[in-house]
Amino acid sequence: MISSVFFYLFALVTCLSGLMVISSRNPVHSVLFLILAFFNAAGLFILLNAEFLAMLLVVVYVGAVAVLFLFVVMMLDINFSELREGFQRYRPLGLVIGGILIAELIATFFEYSDMSTSLPVQQGVHNTRALGQVIYTDYIYLFQLAGLILLVAMVGAIVLTLRRRSGVRRQVISEQNSRTRQETIRLAKVQSGKGAEETGQ
Amino acid sequence: MIGEITLAHYLTVAGILFVFGVFGIFINRKNVITILMSIELILLSVSINLVAFSAYSSDLTGQIFSLFILTVAAAEAAIGLAILVVYFRNRGSIAVEDINVMKG
Repeated sequence: MISSVFFYLFALVTCLSGLMVISSRNPVHSVLFLILAFFNAAGLFILLNAEFLAMLLVVVYVGAVAVLFLFVVMMLDINFSELREGFQRYRPLGLVIGGILIAELIATFFEYSDMSTSLPVQQGVHNTRALGQVIYTDYIYLFQLAGLILLVAMVGAIVLTLRRRSGVRRQVISEQNSRTRQETIRLAKVQSGKGAEETGQ
Repeated sequence: MIGEITLAHYLTVAGILFVFGVFGIFINRKNVITILMSIELILLSVSINLVAFSAYSSDLTGQIFSLFILTVAAAEAAIGLAILVVYFRNRGSIAVEDINVMKG
């Protein structure tokens, strides 16, 4: 009973914040609503006894992806009102397609009788432990592949955004080490009353 | 008054989120950042779908698949935003309609 109430709470907030993500004027607000949607989806996962994925959603999405979005939105100096010009023009088309899609989906869900079963009771093994027992044995290659995908994404993002600018004074250590004393130090005998430049050396 | 929560309820939430994602791509045709956020919404809805099916059929495979979706979504966001930053640095704007210099 109490979990039903929580389900409706999480589901409502998730859907409303999803709507706000796509319709809010300020992209910073969009990102913040995206974070709210992720938090409530994590709540839904906890109701489904998937605690590990719920924590992963909070850590990966809220901690990494949403913060990355926030950085980019705040870093780029863009006039966002210009980008919203097509908003009114495309809305009827989007509403028609979205309406058809959602009506079909929900009709299918409630028509199919297998889906009206209740949540099976979890017995014995903890969710995180059970996932670990499967992921390091049956799915070990896929797991390694996921790590490889993240590595490629990391290298790709660094390579894309790294740039060499001209006119920047950088430290070249080999050049520094190859200098000799003769070409860097000049001893000048400065006469009294004259500057060092005037001695002619 | 509030009945038991079944699989169809979770699938409905996921369906609504999916439709919001598609709708967001339609109405924000010019703004790449919002399109990327809509894609994140779509991936989140797919994740909810998989986890719901996995929980109601007592099979962990769905949750593992959802884990991989999370990985791919993170990688996609990182690469997409990096491309966006580079594009903004070169052109000074991120309007999608201007991105047609690579057409054959």
